[in-house]
Amino acid sequence: MKKVMMGNHAISHGATLARVQVIAAYPITPQTQVVELLSEIVADQRLKAEFIKVESEHSAMAACIGASSAGARAFTATSAQGLALMHELLHWAAGARLPIVMADINRAMAPPWTIWTDQNDSLSQRDTGWMQFYCQSNQEVLDSVIMAYKVAEKVLMPVMIVLDAFSLSHTYEIVDLPDQAVVDKYLPPFDYKYKLNVSDPHTYGGLTTPDWYMEFRVKMQEAMDQALVEIKKEAVEFEKAFGRRYDPVEPYMVDDADIVLVTSGTAASTARFAVDQMRKKGKKVGNLRMRLLRPFPFADVREHLKNAKKVIIVDRNISYGYHGIWAQEVKSALYGHSKVPVFNFIAGLGGRDIFPETFVEIVNKVKKLKKPDQELYWVEVKK
Amino acid sequence: MAKDRKKIEFQKLDELPPMVQSQRSMAANPTGSWRNLKPVIDLASCIHCTICWKFCPDAAIDWVDDNPVINLDFCKGCGICAEECPKKCIEMVKEGK
Repeated sequence: MKKVMMGNHAISHGATLARVQVIAAYPITPQTQVVELLSEIVADQRLKAEFIKVESEHSAMAACIGASSAGARAFTATSAQGLALMHELLHWAAGARLPIVMADINRAMAPPWTIWTDQNDSLSQRDTGWMQFYCQSNQEVLDSVIMAYKVAEKVLMPVMIVLDAFSLSHTYEIVDLPDQAVVDKYLPPFDYKYKLNVSDPHTYGGLTTPDWYMEFRVKMQEAMDQALVEIKKEAVEFEKAFGRRYDPVEPYMVDDADIVLVTSGTAASTARFAVDQMRKKGKKVGNLRMRLLRPFPFADVREHLKNAKKVIIVDRNISYGYHGIWAQEVKSALYGHSKVPVFNFIAGLGGRDIFPETFVEIVNKVKKLKKPDQELYWVEVKK
Repeated sequence: MAKDRKKIEFQKLDELPPMVQSQRSMAANPTGSWRNLKPVIDLASCIHCTICWKFCPDAAIDWVDDNPVINLDFCKGCGICAEECPKKCIEMVKEGK
């Protein structure tokens, strides 16, 4: 059934269709409607779940960890400072191998106070052991919640669904709500082998000596490697069930492109629009949309950028004193595999709009350069 | 309790659970040896209110014949029972005295 809905409600419907059993969340703009609608759905008994009101995001993640340890399908959502407050427990959720799914609505970090989008909040959590799926439409947001549980429960690692504040969270789009029966068939109930059991009590995550700590880290890395295999498998399975496909990366006119723009989130669809405009003028430009940050799709990135003469990474984030974060990731994947010059542009921080013309200007600038003459370029900043 | 602990040795990565897991509950892990101060209850003043029993974070107070009895195998000596006792009849005494 097709409905018009905001990105935040697409998350709520995704969680409902996934039949989550425990929701623990603390409201923060721009995430609030996610849990507002979920609380209504639970109160109306349209979803059989525990809705736990908590005093902070740290507690929200702690409650999800407890619920997941007991074998429940647990869900939460947050943004920016809320995600930062969860940081310690993000490590715990991943290290404890709990398949929790969370939505993070990308909001720029304060100070200065802001509610608008950029990716520094989620990218700051890169090394916590969470998978991260970056979405570009409300449909993808809803579908990703369902797919996330499938992958998470297979490899026992948590997933963060990431979407831009306002450009998706509060923007209304047509979303196809899948039938519950189809979702149930795709995503059966979760049977957690290691769940807490009072008749067979164990403690988890206790003191581990240098003799064994590292082996548990090897297992996490293996789980992430397996996650990439599962994500590719689920791209096919999901398409069979629902008719929509989500690969780790989404190439657009890259095969014959001289210049490829690498983007993520909603900036990707804007970039594709700009690519169309530039193609009409005979410019050989393409776009590679990054959906996965972790596990990182090394092979896909190398494959789709192998013909490019120049690669431009447009980052809606920055690692101060270094590059944009996607630029680091993509350059690292290309190192030793390609000698293509890589240009890094920083755009759209704190919710500043990224227009199709922004990409046209970036491409025009790069056309004049043989290789980067700066580590990074700021886009459309006041002088 | 602790006496039935048997050591399970893992040899290979494949044998490990995804996360560190104890062989049994924390009952097999007596933590009383951490204690510096020991609670001593003056049962003559005790009003059997169960507040110490309720507050003990380690469930180290048993209720026996309507009296609180400290389980010294697990009591870490935190002193919460002494702090919360309305009759102040629990004294924290230095271990070894």
